[in-house]
Amino acid sequence: MYQPTPEQEAVVEMVRDFAASALAPHTADWDENKHFPVDVLAEAGALGMGGIYVGEEHGGSGLSRADAVLIFEELAAVDPTIAAYISIHNMVAWMIDAFGNDEQRAAWLPGITAMTELTSYCLSEPGVGSDAAAITTRAVRDGDHYVINGTKQFISGAGSSAWYLVMVRTADKGARGITAVVVPKDAEGLSFGANEKKMGWRAQPTRQVVFDDVRIPVGNRLGEEGDGFGIAMKGLNGGRVNIGACSLGGGRLALEKSIAYLKERQAFGGPLIDKQHLLFAIAEMDTDLELSRTMLMRAAEALDAGAPDTVKLCAMAKMVATDAGFDVANRALQLHGGYGYLSEYGLEKLVRDLRVHQILEGSNEIMRLIIGRLAVERQ
Amino acid sequence: MKIVVLIKQVPDTAEERTLVPATGWLDRDAADNVVDEINERALEVALRVKDADKSTEIVVLAMGPEEAAKAIRKALSMGADSGIHVLDGGLAGSDAARTAAVLAAAIRGTGADVILAGNESTDGRGGVVPAMVAEHLGLPLVGGLNAVVLGDGTVSGERSADSGSLDVTAALPAVVTVTERTAEARFPNFKGILTAKRKPVATVAAADLDVAATPARAVVLSHSERPAREAGRKIEDDGTAGTQLAGYLIENRLV
Repeated sequence: MYQPTPEQEAVVEMVRDFAASALAPHTADWDENKHFPVDVLAEAGALGMGGIYVGEEHGGSGLSRADAVLIFEELAAVDPTIAAYISIHNMVAWMIDAFGNDEQRAAWLPGITAMTELTSYCLSEPGVGSDAAAITTRAVRDGDHYVINGTKQFISGAGSSAWYLVMVRTADKGARGITAVVVPKDAEGLSFGANEKKMGWRAQPTRQVVFDDVRIPVGNRLGEEGDGFGIAMKGLNGGRVNIGACSLGGGRLALEKSIAYLKERQAFGGPLIDKQHLLFAIAEMDTDLELSRTMLMRAAEALDAGAPDTVKLCAMAKMVATDAGFDVANRALQLHGGYGYLSEYGLEKLVRDLRVHQILEGSNEIMRLIIGRLAVERQ
Repeated sequence: MKIVVLIKQVPDTAEERTLVPATGWLDRDAADNVVDEINERALEVALRVKDADKSTEIVVLAMGPEEAAKAIRKALSMGADSGIHVLDGGLAGSDAARTAAVLAAAIRGTGADVILAGNESTDGRGGVVPAMVAEHLGLPLVGGLNAVVLGDGTVSGERSADSGSLDVTAALPAVVTVTERTAEARFPNFKGILTAKRKPVATVAAADLDVAATPARAVVLSHSERPAREAGRKIEDDGTAGTQLAGYLIENRLV
């Protein structure tokens, strides 16, 4: 089974050092003040985190999906919110690298991989979430341009991103009528809603993205008309593994905090860790995270190999890891008693941040739907 | 310009550092072994020269056990071009004098314009090896710089002194050491980490070098653990606490 290579160990060490110095001192403050640290993201980009598994030709790092799992776990073990934004950005960067033509890749990827130009993935709409094939944002061809009208909902990075990868409807043919286009931030008619007030993920903005007769050149289309749904879903396969890795990292931090606390906290005549019931809780949390890590690595290897069961493995890993991450963080909060409820101890932030991972990149109910349908189809 | 940077692998300063009772040598298993952080700053000085002038060649030199190869790889991943690893079980436990003789022998023949090092290591803290290396090589030592400018056949920089600071200059080649006040070291990026394994590292033994096979002149006869910290003196404020505190500071020459 999986053992890290010396290069992977060096990658993890660097990301850990970076997260400890660039993220750790600020996470509580960014959360409290809803500060999106674009300058720190550019630092991460300079280290290669803006296009982890994007080809090296246009500034990507050319690493594997398994490397990405290690990287996102390490980032999220300090700050799941920042890790998760970087994961979304990487999903978009990869989609442009994988489905863009040479001209598009050369034009867009250098700034994106450097993270001097951030990106947003725009699929959900106010009335369309899990039923993604039903999107209504429409692009109408007008000569060499598309004219886009509609609204996208829950868009991470919106307002700060330079590029928006938008799924639009170009034909009334369900999933086959969806097309992927790239919209620059300064496009006329493009506007953003208010920064949503939300439970967690407060250090990254979430806004509506509104298209009002936004004209973009046909050259901003990824692939052909009708390819959009497939592109969106392929991006999400990797996105699911990455967000699972973010849950794993956050869960690991919660577990480490819990072990330290139970060893130190004295009650009933000794350290709490001497209570077998609490030791068993630690054992279960550790096992759940290791199970997640194993499934994420298996899915990552399937992605790299283009294995036929990739979709299933990514969905399973996402469901297992994001449920485990939240559950471990929530149990860790309980283990800390009243202190867990105080912001100062960092547990409540983990619970708030990791909760949304069970909802986005396809909710865990949709993961069950995907897994179940594939299981039934095989018979 | 060719720059040789001296790299020492040391136990992480954030962890407990201990000696092996039998030998008095460092217990390398007791803590994570990392590139000494002052060496990393010396490397950063060299890397900034290379950033400005791509023709700069940076060689990192380390003497140490097999694991020190990891420290050399880290330096290569940060941007150094090649490494020299002096690896010889017979050199284990070398004192500063022997270490300096071996390092100087390894530097001879590299054609270095500058030998850059930290002013001291975070473990031994002797702070003498670079000066001894300079003596062996017959080069000037420009030591303890807080800021370094390299170029045009000279090195110049600023050094703290007891009362004020000194601006010092020397012609190259020279041995230059920097303090913790020089620029913070960069992180290696992913590309650097991946290309590091393709960069050349020459592994040499003492016998490959023109250096006398003398044993170390200093050996550790005994050592003792640092005594546990005792509680300090507590001053109850009866209205004279300020005077007493000031008296204490003056008495112990702390002000």
